[in-house]
Amino acid sequence: MDLEDYRQRARAWLEANAPGDRPEGAPDESGVAAAKAFMAKLYDAGYSGITWPQQWGGQGLTQAEERAFAAEAARFTLPTYVFSIGLGMCGPTLVDLGTDEQRGRFIRPLLRGEEIWCQLFSEPGAGSDVAALQTRATATDGGWVVDGQKVWTSVAQHADWGLLLTRTDVEVPKHKGLTMFVVDMHAPGVTVRPLRDMTGRAHFNEIFFDGVHIPAENLVGQVGDGWSCAVTTLLHERLSISSGVGMGGQKDNPVAFDALRTTVDTGDPVVRDQLVELYVRSRALALFNQRLAQETKAGIFPGARGSAAKLLLAELTMFQADLATSLAGPEAVAHPAEGGYGGGLANAISLAPAMALGGGTNEIMRNIVGERVLNLPPEPRTDKNVPFKDLKTSGGLPS
Amino acid sequence: MKLVLTTEQQELRQAVRGFLAAASPLPAVRAAMESEGGHDPEVYRRINGELGLSGLIVPEEHGGSGAGYAELAVVLEETGAALLPGPFLATTLAAILLRETGDKELLPGIADGTTVATVVLDGNRALNGAEADVVLSIDGDRVRALRGGERTALTTLDPTRRQALVEPGGDVVAASAEGVARARDLFAVAVAAEQLGVLRASLEAIVAYGKVRVAFNRFIGSYQGVKHRLADMHCKLEQAESIVRHAAWAADEAPEELASAAALAQVYVGRACFEVARDSLLLHGGIGFTWEHDAHLFYKRAKADEVLLGPPRIHRARLADLLEL
Repeated sequence: MDLEDYRQRARAWLEANAPGDRPEGAPDESGVAAAKAFMAKLYDAGYSGITWPQQWGGQGLTQAEERAFAAEAARFTLPTYVFSIGLGMCGPTLVDLGTDEQRGRFIRPLLRGEEIWCQLFSEPGAGSDVAALQTRATATDGGWVVDGQKVWTSVAQHADWGLLLTRTDVEVPKHKGLTMFVVDMHAPGVTVRPLRDMTGRAHFNEIFFDGVHIPAENLVGQVGDGWSCAVTTLLHERLSISSGVGMGGQKDNPVAFDALRTTVDTGDPVVRDQLVELYVRSRALALFNQRLAQETKAGIFPGARGSAAKLLLAELTMFQADLATSLAGPEAVAHPAEGGYGGGLANAISLAPAMALGGGTNEIMRNIVGERVLNLPPEPRTDKNVPFKDLKTSGGLPS
Repeated sequence: MKLVLTTEQQELRQAVRGFLAAASPLPAVRAAMESEGGHDPEVYRRINGELGLSGLIVPEEHGGSGAGYAELAVVLEETGAALLPGPFLATTLAAILLRETGDKELLPGIADGTTVATVVLDGNRALNGAEADVVLSIDGDRVRALRGGERTALTTLDPTRRQALVEPGGDVVAASAEGVARARDLFAVAVAAEQLGVLRASLEAIVAYGKVRVAFNRFIGSYQGVKHRLADMHCKLEQAESIVRHAAWAADEAPEELASAAALAQVYVGRACFEVARDSLLLHGGIGFTWEHDAHLFYKRAKADEVLLGPPRIHRARLADLLEL
């Protein structure tokens, strides 16, 4: 089947099956059920996991088909938000690093939306410096026991499985004592608490692990090799964020160029030029993302350059929400109870900082671009060759 | 849409880059810019002869190699990165105008390197107008060519490339409303490709310096105050390259997208190029302000290029018109 046929079939399928309503970020239980039903249809039609290996339940097609489908899907708002962490980060990590048993067990249900995934790296004392994490996994009969706390975990309240980074050895330097596991989010001892963020809603959660048992076969990679596993996940994370995997398009975004041009007075030359600036920034990033996708297809792995795309997306997100609210004026900050246009703008400016913080702050992205793309010398480090147990923590020295 | 170079284009890039690194490194650029003619004729003989760059986009029936604008963009990025002095861009703009309007008379001379040509830009200015054999001017949908005529050299900010006031007019050599319109967009793409090279070389210079210059017992590139600015400059490079590849692709393959892609290229790449050249100079510290250091050559070329086709606001206004804002 040639690409044009593929695209036309995808369009026809989407027109027949894509739901019309705009999902409001993290959905409630009935929203999750509807999203799962949609994901199953999407998978059965062959449009979930388009480039993933056929052996594990993917379609085994190329980036060309993936892009053709994404181009058609951009005209719709698909309810894929709760699957975005699994599709963008956890799944690709298991494809890269999992055992065949893990791939066989987890990939197909993930792609079909039967099971929801979250990613458990950050902790209250380990954000930008994620290798400082303190959640302990201790070897026991037939597996491991986990105690600790994770935070900023998107979709954890709906998740069946989590990709968990733990400390298994405090006697070695911080990056060397980490180990990755798949954890059952329904296991005894796992407590998920939604965290109310600055939008007033709960986009993410804090998770407590209290003597949680993980079977040995859920180890991902090698014991002590968790940092390099995490780097793999984070690379996928930045690429998936910057390329908008599972994030929905800009179609219904009231502060994006296409919406803004219909709501502001472009007869004013200042406004007109500000819209030109927004178009230029949006288009520059879109073309960069397309170039990265084409390079990936040509066998050039973008690696840390995905962090540049993620940084640019964070800056664009802030810029467009800031511009849209400034252009609108007072109605952006005081609106009728039912929301309306002003409510959309207020939500956008409240939500805007998230992109510059989640998935690595802008400062961390700049460090990554500087050190791994431009190969600049690192900051002097005082924490690299010291046993973890001897390092400072934010509350003082660990006991 | 094609945003990644083909193997052949990568080979072309390596050939031009390797040649310019050997034949026209920055010390040679300085010698050339201070010479009477402003460029090294021997370098041009080899560029036009060995590399065949004067005929790159000239159709085969007129003695050229009939390559596309994607190939031209690859070459201009390299001549920009090397700050190649002399009339290469001027003759390239002339070749674009003649190719798009269907000239038969002048293209063979340009292709074989015997004709140096230029195009009158706004205000009767022309790149390398004093030394060009032929001055082309756009008169409505017609292209006129004048050999001779009054030429008055101007003092340029950018010492690596000269400009002159010239006399427009002469015989009509070609006519095509569509060709002239396309040529104006293609000028924007060609200049943007050169700007991409200037941007890239400016960034490479300060990244290299950040790895060897020591202050407070550390390489300056290790400080986040420097590193984060270099990361932002890299982001500009990535976007600028994507925009130039897209515009060059549109020039070859998607004529309906060319106008907006070309306006976008001038709006984004023109500004990004100057900002990166400026920040590269500033991050060098005091040495960057000296005549002996090369940073000011990139800074001045970047500014000269940013306003070459008119004040930057005209590109923003054109983009707004094309977007129907």
